[in-house]
Amino acid sequence: MEKIPILKMGRFLLVTVQVDMHDQLAMQLQDDLTDKIVATRARGVLIDISSLEVVDSFIGRMISNIAAMAKVLDAETVVVGIQPAVAITLVELGLSLEGVRTALNVDRGMALLQERLAQE
Amino acid sequence: MTVVSSAVLPIRTQEDIVRVRQAAREAGVAQGFSLVDQTKLVTAASELARNTLDYGGGGEVEIVRLNEPPRRGVRLTFSDQGPGIADIEQALKDGYTSGGGLGLGLSGAKRLSNDFSIKSKVGEGTQVMIARWR
Repeated sequence: MEKIPILKMGRFLLVTVQVDMHDQLAMQLQDDLTDKIVATRARGVLIDISSLEVVDSFIGRMISNIAAMAKVLDAETVVVGIQPAVAITLVELGLSLEGVRTALNVDRGMALLQERLAQE
Repeated sequence: MTVVSSAVLPIRTQEDIVRVRQAAREAGVAQGFSLVDQTKLVTAASELARNTLDYGGGGEVEIVRLNEPPRRGVRLTFSDQGPGIADIEQALKDGYTSGGGLGLGLSGAKRLSNDFSIKSKVGEGTQVMIARWR
């Protein structure tokens, strides 16, 4: 069965969503991430959606869930690579993704997370 | 008004949802939609396709390309023979969900489209139509 790979980058975890997510895969990702945050004591999660041309409320919910779960585990979530057309559509869709920081790309996302960590 | 093309796709599996998105994308491209309009159409289609599968017990979508000079459009009609919606007004409210979702699918699809209509009868099924024009 396919699994979304989770990469460790220093104190953070990077997830790149490239395929069409379905229920099973989304649940699997959330479970895997929870395990990995605890196992690596990660302080941040980067979700790279730069390949996604469509982000609907299902993906939105998955991202919100990941952010909420990460927060409980003392990790911050940053979504990176939102395509312009996707950003416009998300606003009109009414998806707010509250509690989720965003950044232009992985580099900026990492910098954001490092900043937060340094402030502690 | 001319129907340029019409196709019916089944919505029975997760893979079907992917196919519906692709077909909606192709229809939008064929009608000359901008990238943003394509994205809105495909996103709305994704929401309704998921609803058809998750709440409607599976169904189908009719994808129609329409020309109504000077405008060109794509109309999608999702239908299922599922449990139906008892209170349509409530279902259209942002945040209302009967299944643990975000409650944005139906209202979101409506916002993302130029035309929207819904028919539903408890115990018989639901039909949702959206159209986007250029």
